[in-house]
Amino acid sequence: MTQTPSLERTCLADEHLRLGAQMVDFHGWEMPVRYGSIPEEHLKVRLSSGLFDLCHMGRLEITGADAALWINRVLSNDYDALKPGDARYSLICNEGGTVLEDVIVYKLPEPALSSILLVVNASNRPTVLQWMQAQKGSLEAKLVDRSIDLAMISIQGPQSVRILPACLEKSDLPLEAMKYYSITHAQVLGKSAWVARTGYTGEDGFEVYLESGDAPTFWRQLLEVGGNRIAPIGLGARDTLRLEAGMPLYGHELDLTVDPFEAGLGFAVKLEKAVPFVGQEALRARKAAGPARKLTGFKVQSKRPVRQGMKILGPAGEVGSVTSGAPSPTMGCPIAMGYLQTGLNSEELSLLKADVRGHLEPLEVVPLPFYSRTRKKK
Amino acid sequence: MSRPANLKYTRSHEWVRVEGDVATVGITDHAVEQLSDLAFVDLPRKGAKAEKDQRFGEIESTKSVSDLIAPLSGEIFDVNTEVIENLQLISLSPFDEGWLIRVRISNPAELKSLLSAEDYAEQLKHEEH
Repeated sequence: MTQTPSLERTCLADEHLRLGAQMVDFHGWEMPVRYGSIPEEHLKVRLSSGLFDLCHMGRLEITGADAALWINRVLSNDYDALKPGDARYSLICNEGGTVLEDVIVYKLPEPALSSILLVVNASNRPTVLQWMQAQKGSLEAKLVDRSIDLAMISIQGPQSVRILPACLEKSDLPLEAMKYYSITHAQVLGKSAWVARTGYTGEDGFEVYLESGDAPTFWRQLLEVGGNRIAPIGLGARDTLRLEAGMPLYGHELDLTVDPFEAGLGFAVKLEKAVPFVGQEALRARKAAGPARKLTGFKVQSKRPVRQGMKILGPAGEVGSVTSGAPSPTMGCPIAMGYLQTGLNSEELSLLKADVRGHLEPLEVVPLPFYSRTRKKK
Repeated sequence: MSRPANLKYTRSHEWVRVEGDVATVGITDHAVEQLSDLAFVDLPRKGAKAEKDQRFGEIESTKSVSDLIAPLSGEIFDVNTEVIENLQLISLSPFDEGWLIRVRISNPAELKSLLSAEDYAEQLKHEEH
């Protein structure tokens, strides 16, 4: 018998078991990978809506007189450009300008004005906590890990803007009036909560932060109110949804060997911001030099899925490697993202193949994202 | 889904229907349930040799790749090419239309190593714990 280390369970674990989920170990958390079929869950989100337990993610609250200065020393994006109620995607880089973590930062509005909510990956929560402390110096601020007491539930898909309001007692802004990448204060089950119009699926949707004790009731309410317009969605479909949307996942597209420019995330690096930040000089140099490889989208021309770690071959040998790959439910063929050497000519680009356990599968280079809800269908 | 009692099974979740010196091989309902959403199946060419306990193909779902393991040795004289284009045949009818290969049995003594339906059900019970 092998000893399995005990896994952390979210406040919604019993709900998942009741719904018949297949549970897996995801970075130390016992999480639902699927409730039924992954492609069906995926399409439910694209066409209607889906409900996600994201309580495994890290939620850190930063407060105090120097909170903004502290976070700005760490983030590649410019926190000072945010107005209360804004959300931003940002990277946390190390001194060498490679990626330690990617985050969503929220500048909370009333009644928590001047508080910062930072949402980080489950796998990187300890790293970020350590990193933040290391950058604090003598600043007047404190960081509270809210990952356990503050639940995180996401509802994504075109129907979410219709379903969610029925489960909120009130929200400071009507949800349909919220802009994408913003957050508002709300009331759920008699208590204070936050509703953000953010997500990781390529669809319109919301992420709700509420007291963990109320999360199971709220979860059941959403399923009940949504009826056949909503379904619980596991991490399997979450991964294929974000892949189609061309969104990076730490440990796949991002890690300490990658810089933001290679990853196509230059938009999240503000070299000219007023507060100096970790990695700034290295990033300036990397930007000036230009990336030697770029994150690229591929369509696989057979049905054989291409997956993380597989080599990408050109006519003259290895030119890259795959970071994520899966059958795409929306496109009906396998898709992949991976790093490809820059400077290949068009003939070389037309002859790329992935080495799938010895089978050489032709790859077609396609623009990222694979799927966009706002882009007109071709 | 009922699991036919007249078939033989393997610990790696293949089933075998033995008729004379011919063995038809597929994957079980349990394997289909575990894979959940089939994305791709790679089968050998007609005429290839199956070798007991060795890989004869691959089956993939959204999240995983699994080897298909030959329950018996012999020539693979027939391959169900329809399932390659229509994976649903495997998920909807694993014991019938979803068969994968037919093998001409070269070593009948290997049959003794296969599990009965009862033994296989027993193994699944243990896997759950």
